[in-house]
Amino acid sequence: MFGFQFISPRQLREKGILGMNRRNIHYIGCHNDRKNFPLVDNKLKTKQIAQQAGIAVPAMIATIKNQSEIKHFEEMIKGINGFVIKPAHGSAGKGILVIVGREGNNFIKPNGEKLTLKDIQKDISGILSGLYSLGGKYDVAMIESLVEFDPIFDNYSYEGVPDIRVVVYRGFPTMAMLRCSTKESDGKANLHQGAVGVGINLATGKPINAVQHNRAVSIHPDTGYDFSKLKIPHWEKLLPLAASCYDITQLGYLGVDIVLDKNLGPLILELNARPGLAIQIANREGSVPRFELIDKQAMNLSVEERVQFSVENFGQ
Amino acid sequence: MSSRLQILVVTIFLSSLGIAVALYKGLALGIPFTPNETTSIYRLGAKISFKAKDEPIKISLAIPSNQNGIKILSQETASQGYGYNIATTEQGQRAEWTKRESTGQQSIFYSVDVVMDKNHHVKIPDELPSDKTEENLDEWDSQTRDAAEALLAEVHSHSADDYSFTAELLKRVNEEKSSQLLSLFKTKDSYNLEKIVYKLLRYKGIHVRIVNAITLEGNRQNMNLKPYLEVYDGKNWQLFSLKKGKVIKPKKLFIWQRGGVSLLDSFGTENAKVKFSISQRLVPIKEMVLEDSLAKKSMIIDLSLFALPTSEQNAFRHILLIPIGALVVVFMRIIIGLRTSGTFMPILLALAFMETKLVTGLILFVSIVGMGLIIRSYLSHLNLLLVARISSVVIVVIGIMSIFSIVSYKLGINEALTITFFPMIILAWTIERMSILWEEEGAKEVYMQGGGSLLVAVLAYFAMSNELVGYLSFNFSELLLVVLSIIILIGRYSGYRLFELIRFNPVKEF
Repeated sequence: MFGFQFISPRQLREKGILGMNRRNIHYIGCHNDRKNFPLVDNKLKTKQIAQQAGIAVPAMIATIKNQSEIKHFEEMIKGINGFVIKPAHGSAGKGILVIVGREGNNFIKPNGEKLTLKDIQKDISGILSGLYSLGGKYDVAMIESLVEFDPIFDNYSYEGVPDIRVVVYRGFPTMAMLRCSTKESDGKANLHQGAVGVGINLATGKPINAVQHNRAVSIHPDTGYDFSKLKIPHWEKLLPLAASCYDITQLGYLGVDIVLDKNLGPLILELNARPGLAIQIANREGSVPRFELIDKQAMNLSVEERVQFSVENFGQ
Repeated sequence: MSSRLQILVVTIFLSSLGIAVALYKGLALGIPFTPNETTSIYRLGAKISFKAKDEPIKISLAIPSNQNGIKILSQETASQGYGYNIATTEQGQRAEWTKRESTGQQSIFYSVDVVMDKNHHVKIPDELPSDKTEENLDEWDSQTRDAAEALLAEVHSHSADDYSFTAELLKRVNEEKSSQLLSLFKTKDSYNLEKIVYKLLRYKGIHVRIVNAITLEGNRQNMNLKPYLEVYDGKNWQLFSLKKGKVIKPKKLFIWQRGGVSLLDSFGTENAKVKFSISQRLVPIKEMVLEDSLAKKSMIIDLSLFALPTSEQNAFRHILLIPIGALVVVFMRIIIGLRTSGTFMPILLALAFMETKLVTGLILFVSIVGMGLIIRSYLSHLNLLLVARISSVVIVVIGIMSIFSIVSYKLGINEALTITFFPMIILAWTIERMSILWEEEGAKEVYMQGGGSLLVAVLAYFAMSNELVGYLSFNFSELLLVVLSIIILIGRYSGYRLFELIRFNPVKEF
């Protein structure tokens, strides 16, 4: 019909594919308490509770809450060459300014563009006035130290930030996916914009399958590197980090975005209370059977026990 | 109670309540379920004309009352300078006109509006005959009397009871042979056929009365009421037509006068006579039922939207369509999986389309949003705060709308003037959202969501502008409870969306 290929609903159900409606009613609706949403929608809060719980996050340099503090910006970053400025309420990477180095009085962006102090102060002013937040409410600008990305991903990413999305259901890591930006996705790691999603085996950290626009690919479209040769380092540290985010947010259906720092290892970049469905295609598996298996488990397990369970059962 | 069970109970309760009230209004109160159902209202006019004799005048006319399946909606009279009142007598109601003095040719008009049910037929009320007068044939000469006696004897021998006697007698007086006999009576007197038959039947001791009726059909002028006979056999009444005999379940017959002495009585007049006219007009059933129900203070109607002033009713005609649009949006988003820009923007768009008509509306919408986007892209260079930016877009939209109206009016394209029906604030937000979408997700997403919104708006427009839907949503607004329960049910639909069947198609290979 209309040149589209349809799959029958029965076949989807047999494969255990989670659909949007079911996700909203049975997973987000039942397991994510509305009052906990601000914990993930406000990145400043996420960072605070993560730091309190001893969860690894990119270090915080400073926060700017009102316009009068902007003039102190230069003092805040004294002696720091690389940093990231982001709005606490931004979503999907909006309003994030990355500075990789300085040259005299100028600040250098990853693409080589030079900014003056005034330019950056204007950007911060924009963040505070709510330029990037939902509904235009007043926002807070966070200044974080720059993550030094693990060079292992250099060959698998075009311009942007490669990150690992782990879906954590009731504290159990359920599925993982590496998101590689492409030229088409404009350096962003969003799959619907053309980024490549690589499903990752929970037990080994090795790739299962890579997809772009819902179609299987074997090499990165821009760099030409073969995804099957990839292995994610620090995998044994990564899953406990993801699983522990459940304990600080109490969100039963959670997406955890992790980046790998060359020196610090895995760091929590962002949490998401409404993780998407594309991870199933990257993993070539539906997530419903995994959720149902987790539903049968006791809820008082420690982080290590939960990770152990996931590695044993979801290691394919 | 589990939430699944609760939803089942709530939706069943809501939809059965809605359907029950709708059925009550439809079946018991008679509000039609489809628009434009019409019924005939018959106006029966009586014109009394006479010559006044310079003395006090009193005119009395028998007037009809409600009867099985036929309702009198109103009665009125036109009688310049006459006193008018209605008297109730043993033989039914009479209208009376009085005047101290008058001269010359006079006319009095009296009319009733009646309406007939679909399942109407003449039903004679269960009452005992009141006609106790004895009749004899003394006023006729012996020759006529003998002829009459002979006829009655003949009829008697050919009949079994009062009904068959009447039928036989009517048959014979209508036959040619006895017509001659009848002409004998007629030459003696100015007796009408019904009066002769009445006299003969009463003479034989049969309970009978004359009714004057009119057939509810067509438009006619200057006619007389048609006499019928009703015969009582000790248990029931039976209607007889003078020409055709026994009439069973007669239709379309409106009894003007039943029994009684005379149709028209007059004092102080010369040549008083009454002529009847009938005229038929079609009216929507709904209006008639509503007037009737409001007049009778039927609670369910009195506490409904119909009790509001007309202008508010018209506002609600639009408001009550919004749930239909919402149903379309809910269906398209949850079952089909179409993305729209702004949840209810398509409904407001559909409401605007209803005023502008579809094609004009689409052209206007696309051109305003298109121009708005161009101007908005310039505004985004200025790096304004959100509230100021939206406000600027609102002003730009108003500017575009004004220029559009002026230019198109000068060019003689009056359709474009309906542009004012577009909700400006919604347009401004649409432009704002589309432009952010453009910057963040690219043009493809703008076309997807914009196209999705327009498609949903067009579908909602078709649903909302449907005549039957509009009629039912206003006149049977309780059916919106059914819409509500459908929306609640769809709200719990956890199955796959149609578009997900395409999106997840690669799953086939897993």
